[in-house]
Amino acid sequence: MARGLMNKLGSRTISIAGKWQQQQLRRLNIHEYQGAELMGKHGINVPKGVTVSAVGEVKKAIQEVFPNEKELVVKSQILAGGRGLGTFQSGLKGGVHIVKADEVEAIAGKMLGQILVTKQTGPQGKVVSKVYLCEKLSLANEMYFAITLDRTTAGPIIIACKKGGTSIEDLAEKFPDMIIKVPIDVFKGITDEDAAKVVDGLAPKLADRNDSIEQVKKLYKLFCECDCTMLEINPIAETSDGQLVAADAKLNFDDNAAFRQKEIFALRDSSQEDPREVAAAKADLNYIGLHGEIGCMVNGAGLAMATMDIIKLHGGTPANFLDVGGNASEGQVVEAFKILTSDDKVKAILVNIFGGIMKCDVIASGIVNAAKHVQLKVPVVVRLEGTNVDQGKRILKESGMALITAEDLDDAAEKAVKASSTAGVNNQSVANCRRDFSEFQTNKLKARLVDIQR
Amino acid sequence: MARSQATKILGSIASKLCKQKNPCLSSQSRHFAAAPSPPPAVFVDKNTRVICQGITGKNGTFHTEQAIEYGTNMVGGVTPKKGGTEHLGLPVFNTVAEAKAETKANASVIYVPPPFAAAAIMEAMEAELDLVVCITEGIPQHDMVRVKAALNSQTKTRLIGPNCPGIIKPGECKIGIMPGYIHKPGRVGIVSRSGTLTYEAVFQTTVVGLGQSTCVGIGGDPFNGTNFVDCMKKFLEDPQTEGIILIGEIGGTAEEDAAALIKESRTQKPIVAFIAGLTAPPGRRMGHAGAIVSGGKGTAQDKIKTLRDAGVTVVESPAKIGAAMLNVFKERGLVN
Repeated sequence: MARGLMNKLGSRTISIAGKWQQQQLRRLNIHEYQGAELMGKHGINVPKGVTVSAVGEVKKAIQEVFPNEKELVVKSQILAGGRGLGTFQSGLKGGVHIVKADEVEAIAGKMLGQILVTKQTGPQGKVVSKVYLCEKLSLANEMYFAITLDRTTAGPIIIACKKGGTSIEDLAEKFPDMIIKVPIDVFKGITDEDAAKVVDGLAPKLADRNDSIEQVKKLYKLFCECDCTMLEINPIAETSDGQLVAADAKLNFDDNAAFRQKEIFALRDSSQEDPREVAAAKADLNYIGLHGEIGCMVNGAGLAMATMDIIKLHGGTPANFLDVGGNASEGQVVEAFKILTSDDKVKAILVNIFGGIMKCDVIASGIVNAAKHVQLKVPVVVRLEGTNVDQGKRILKESGMALITAEDLDDAAEKAVKASSTAGVNNQSVANCRRDFSEFQTNKLKARLVDIQR
Repeated sequence: MARSQATKILGSIASKLCKQKNPCLSSQSRHFAAAPSPPPAVFVDKNTRVICQGITGKNGTFHTEQAIEYGTNMVGGVTPKKGGTEHLGLPVFNTVAEAKAETKANASVIYVPPPFAAAAIMEAMEAELDLVVCITEGIPQHDMVRVKAALNSQTKTRLIGPNCPGIIKPGECKIGIMPGYIHKPGRVGIVSRSGTLTYEAVFQTTVVGLGQSTCVGIGGDPFNGTNFVDCMKKFLEDPQTEGIILIGEIGGTAEEDAAALIKESRTQKPIVAFIAGLTAPPGRRMGHAGAIVSGGKGTAQDKIKTLRDAGVTVVESPAKIGAAMLNVFKERGLVN
């Protein structure tokens, strides 16, 4: 029977073969309200809440959902942490406010459509298109809960701590015994015994033990069914009437599972992303925008990172990370060029291709084609090596394009830096790169505890 | 729907594997036929017999052609429903088990799309091939976690990858997508998480005249079959491998584990490393699921320091890998 099913799956392989190549989507992050909705669907206790996108919706929302509440929590919905301590560009301090029910409309009006800047958004901040109105819970006890995939145990692992909150990382360092880790056998799934160990680790004071065990099992089910790479609930709390509630959650989803999680990936909010990255994702390119002057197009993530490294070593500043991957078509190469040249800060472009699966002639044709569609205002340095290199070099030569060719990595980086600096030094972008680097050294993510497992 | 079917298949194959007895306990019998060739020093050599899962697909076809051209011992392919046909002069089978029975293959290379790749790996494991090399990029982590758990429960099959360029013993066996012409049989073993960055190291070591003994691409996924430590162990014992190059990346602790092994081994073999991503901003996924840097763990600086403490020569420029290895060879009197 298994063989018959395998054969069926196999035949679909042939027809879907073309589509599978387009799987390079960006990492998926969803809003708090979307996470709450998803958890609610899976039977997990979440605070009651409703989203509004316009001030005019507030009155009705409150009437329908919170007719009896005296106070509500008004939360800006952006895809970044640190909202509570953030500041709006308009001057309003704090992205999360607890207000009286009749003050909600006013405060929502000051948030909607405004830009909120937090420690994690960068100075440009993120636009608040929706606010989430939540019930104000009286939380008796705040705990920590997370599920992730652990490399050491080669499976899901649940992490529980009876003290949650923002100081969880310090706690993990000082009192490691308070962090309970329960690895789950990926084939057996979560057993009652496993769930009980987790609940003991959380040590709730009021919540019913059996109910809590069920909540843990439901969270695990969500984690598996939705292809999460991480599910962190901090705090998971007890209400005064003995319920275990997921007061705030961060869910990360595996990009590789997009093909079988269409509903979840449809939740993506492009307004929260760098527009260059949105354009790249549409073309199925793996792109991350930075702030430097040398646009990069490379095949392979390792080589792309190494290219950024060597540009820096030669005194230049990379404008982006871009991996065209092994199966990039000519069309994708053209799109990549469009994105690189649309970046005003880019003073030179470096194409570094070492073809394995990627063929040099495809890249070369793409570059020639791009030059026809796009105004190439900046110098382009091209270094080709690997599969079909001779054809690639010939295509470039015959095109008559004014390209700077390079032989190896050093040569390519040196020429690119020279080309970008003769265009004039941009002090702002050098400062931006320094800032990127110092952020690199001091930035801390709240989910770090979970990464102890990585 | 397909997912729950795939999950069931993965589960059923895995439970079968868990029930299998340890193959080392099977009875020994005397044969007076030709003695089997000794096992390869580092996973593959000219005697390795390779089948291709996904041979009739676009990638499978292109890379099998290249492999045959290089001289790899390709003996067949697997595409369900195309069994009994021929492709590129090789017999095609419906299943790995059938292919192995007919061709006596002991290795497989997988060019199967992500939704079905994990099941393909499990199938090869069930057929007890010695080596499975999975090139596919984009296999869901939840699938690979199951594959990894199944791998850990048996000792017959080794997986290299997924999301890797493959493995090559220059002049003898090429399994994967690497361009053959840049390699030269020689003295340096290379192990890397990257694909194209590995080619840089290969090219440089060829250009300086050292050549390569075996090059293993372990791939960039967080859940994979073979890591630095597995390859290091083989390189340290392989007499043909006189020097070792390790190419790492931000994220995870594979490089740190390798450093610990190197220190413990007290080896005299020159080891050179390059860690990519020193300049990568934190918290951003740079292509490889495994390469996420967050809050101080898995940074390039940490890895570089740990490797240097173990006596490894770590270069900061990816263009200087070959030159650095040649230097150390000269210092140790291994070249004139």
